[in-house]
Amino acid sequence: MDELIRILSYFVGIAAFLGLNLAYLGWVERKGAGHIQRRNGPKEVGPYGLLQPLADGLKLMSKQLIVPDNADRILYMAAPVLCMVASVILFVAIPWGENLVPREFDFGLLMIFSVASAAGLSILMGGWASGNKYSLIAGTRAVSQSVAYEVPMLITAITIVMISGSMNLNEIVRQQAGGFWHWNFLAFNKSIFMPISFLVFFTCSMAETNRAPFDLGEAESELVAGYITEYGGMGFGLFMMAEYANLMIGCSLTTILFLGGWQCPFGIFPGPHWFLIKMYFLIWCFVWIRWTYPRTTLWGLLNLSWKYLIPFSLVNLLVTALFIKVF
Amino acid sequence: MSTLLGQSQLQETFELNIGPQHPATHGVLRLKVTMDGEYIVKAEPVLGYIHRMHEKMGENRTWNKFWPNLGRLDYLSAIAYNHGYAGLVERAAGIEVPERAEYIRVITVELNRIQSHLLWFGAFVLDLGGFTPLMYAFDEREQILDLLESVTGSRLTYCYFRFGGVYNDIDDDFITGTRAFIKRFRPQIPMYHDLVTGNVILMERLVDIGHVSSEMCRKYGATGPVLRGSGVNFDIRKNEPYSVYPEFDFDVPVYTECDSMARYMVRMKEMEQSLRIIEQALDKIPDGPYIAEKVPKMIKPVKGDYHFAVEAARGTFSMRTVSDGTNQSYRMRLRSPTYSNLSLFEEASRGMLLADALAFMGSLDLVIPEMDR
Amino acid sequence: MSGYFKYLFDGIKSLAIGLKITNKEFLTKPITLQYPHESVKMTPRYRGHIELIRNDETSTHQCVSCGMCEKGCPSGCISVKSKKVPGVKGKVLTAYILNFTTCSLCGQCVENCKFGAIRFSNEYNLASRRKEDYIFNLLERLHPEGVPEPKVDPELLKKEQEKKEAAAKAAAEKKAAAAKAAAEKEAAEKESAGGESKAEEKS
Repeated sequence: MDELIRILSYFVGIAAFLGLNLAYLGWVERKGAGHIQRRNGPKEVGPYGLLQPLADGLKLMSKQLIVPDNADRILYMAAPVLCMVASVILFVAIPWGENLVPREFDFGLLMIFSVASAAGLSILMGGWASGNKYSLIAGTRAVSQSVAYEVPMLITAITIVMISGSMNLNEIVRQQAGGFWHWNFLAFNKSIFMPISFLVFFTCSMAETNRAPFDLGEAESELVAGYITEYGGMGFGLFMMAEYANLMIGCSLTTILFLGGWQCPFGIFPGPHWFLIKMYFLIWCFVWIRWTYPRTTLWGLLNLSWKYLIPFSLVNLLVTALFIKVF
Repeated sequence: MSTLLGQSQLQETFELNIGPQHPATHGVLRLKVTMDGEYIVKAEPVLGYIHRMHEKMGENRTWNKFWPNLGRLDYLSAIAYNHGYAGLVERAAGIEVPERAEYIRVITVELNRIQSHLLWFGAFVLDLGGFTPLMYAFDEREQILDLLESVTGSRLTYCYFRFGGVYNDIDDDFITGTRAFIKRFRPQIPMYHDLVTGNVILMERLVDIGHVSSEMCRKYGATGPVLRGSGVNFDIRKNEPYSVYPEFDFDVPVYTECDSMARYMVRMKEMEQSLRIIEQALDKIPDGPYIAEKVPKMIKPVKGDYHFAVEAARGTFSMRTVSDGTNQSYRMRLRSPTYSNLSLFEEASRGMLLADALAFMGSLDLVIPEMDR
Repeated sequence: MSGYFKYLFDGIKSLAIGLKITNKEFLTKPITLQYPHESVKMTPRYRGHIELIRNDETSTHQCVSCGMCEKGCPSGCISVKSKKVPGVKGKVLTAYILNFTTCSLCGQCVENCKFGAIRFSNEYNLASRRKEDYIFNLLERLHPEGVPEPKVDPELLKKEQEKKEAAAKAAAEKKAAAAKAAAEKEAAEKESAGGESKAEEKS
């Protein structure tokens, strides 16, 4: 019975937290983009445009779901749902605070990586099933991008696992206790290349979540809207929300692995608030970067991955192994 | 790239329709693209979606009534087109233009050129996926539009020039406003270079992409920044001087790299040169009438064949007319620069990636209503 | 190898510069003008649709219905309607129709007007769902309360009436003469009609 209440309360908690975040990250992005571009962003609906996400949601929900003639009906409908479900499931393993974990897995990191791969699959599904050439090109692009960036991301994650000796996310955070100089991204006693490793992971999570400048899947000036070209109404809405959910997962994971999760930078009062502060800061960096840079091409993307990120992460893996052996 | 295509095991191609409504084509241009994966085998531009028969209209109207059409060809550098027509008819009918009018013409044309390049800059970076520079460029562009509105009365489709001068005189507010704008805009250009030009992602997408040799330019008759980006120093303002341009000291930026980056840099430098011209013109502008006094109401040029070319923002815009001595043109011919600039797209884009081809198209700076006329 | 790292460092540096610029812009105030709440002040030379100028002395327009604007208009969007009112000098404007849907704001009409009767208005807030709303009668727009009756000059009216009577008399005489001479009948009638219209134009 206790277990049931626990599951229920976490379910409701995560659903509420996610719902709020997915709606308002859109607002943050629009507002941020606005101010970066010398304009205001949403302003009219509610104070500071705060009711804008509500209005957008209502509009999307009230729209008719149209399935194109050429589309594969079942896959077309299933793709956004799969994308959303896969992203939401990931939240089960995130340790928000020391005791605030929906489910503490021993293999939390592995679980996140394996389930997150489904996002790439759902994009390909959506692109293929739409029966549109633009969508198809976008789908294939997104998959090649995911594959290319999962390699350095996993190698970097393995480095962290080697340092911590555990795949339990909460355990990884616990080992970073006591001030920001103990956090993994400054752990020079483990490997001198940890800051670079952090940057590699950050870049990879940006590419994995299909965010600009790596938004090849929805390159609007080339492929109209990429894999969401044929989606309208809530199908589009689900893809958008899944994108923000993935963004949150990417930032949470970076926070956990490199920035000490719920640890306080000065070693006092650790708790979920520190986790949220770090996560939102990273999300803001994503928004900031998105509205600053132009888009890369497929070749540029693959070059970056194979020429820079993978060698760097491999070197860091070797150096870390050396440090562990020597010290 | 072609070797890559040759080695491809799957020689299956598919056709992709880009346009007439597509975010990258900036207008109703249609590209019929045959693709091999992400590579372009053949890209065939299809025109005619906004053809309005401007040439024919020129033959069916009196000389005066053709004015509004000039603002609707290239709606981004309309004043240069006004200049082309004014010059043509003045040459045909032998109308003398007061010096002050010529100075006003040069100032407005150059402001218009900066405005056009700013919009191109924003839209081009938007093609490459960066949204923010567009907004910065529009901020500056808005200042120019306000200035031009205060003197011409319109914001986009200018109909400002008249035979023998301009519609109305410029005032001191305009002169001080223009000086203030120059002061404000000068420091913005390095900011654009920091934000956009130096950016490694942008370099990767522009350097060595979209090679257009000077031979290809000659073959297709490309002019303007496309030609100057291919290392050919050709600018009507210098090579075939008209108006009061010989009195100003300015350079023609030429880059020999022949790639998208070269065309980009030519336009960015041209903005600086236009600022120089405007500054000199504001200093030198003489007093006097802004329109010639003896302009006949009904213009009847002597029988003959006349031609006049100006340097518009996108290249050489030249007009040719055959007059039969009546108050209408017998034959009106408009040579639009972007039509020639687009015609090399098919040859140059062969074997390119789709993303690169669209970036290359952006670097050609196309205005579709001007191409179709 | 050094090129490899140089490219990397230069790239990261350029990206950092970009971020610095956007951050600076983020912290400065937006420049947007919130349109429905505040509006732009139009410059005096802004070209809205044309309007008739109100003459302060006569508190009405100065249009003499010569039709030069109509002739000079490239799109043919102006039509001037007038009639002759007894006792008023010249023709009286009854309607000045501007079809704004086809107007291209070139300014030929304003230039062609020798009497300074029309100018560009500063009106830019025009929005409607119906095409008919853009067919303006400029006379009604000048006098929204109702077009005033043209002022009749009693002396002119008297003169005109006298002239008319004289003309009628002349015509009657001529008619009588014509009746006498059946062969010259047609020519005489034509002349009298010509005389009548000439008299009207002179007044």
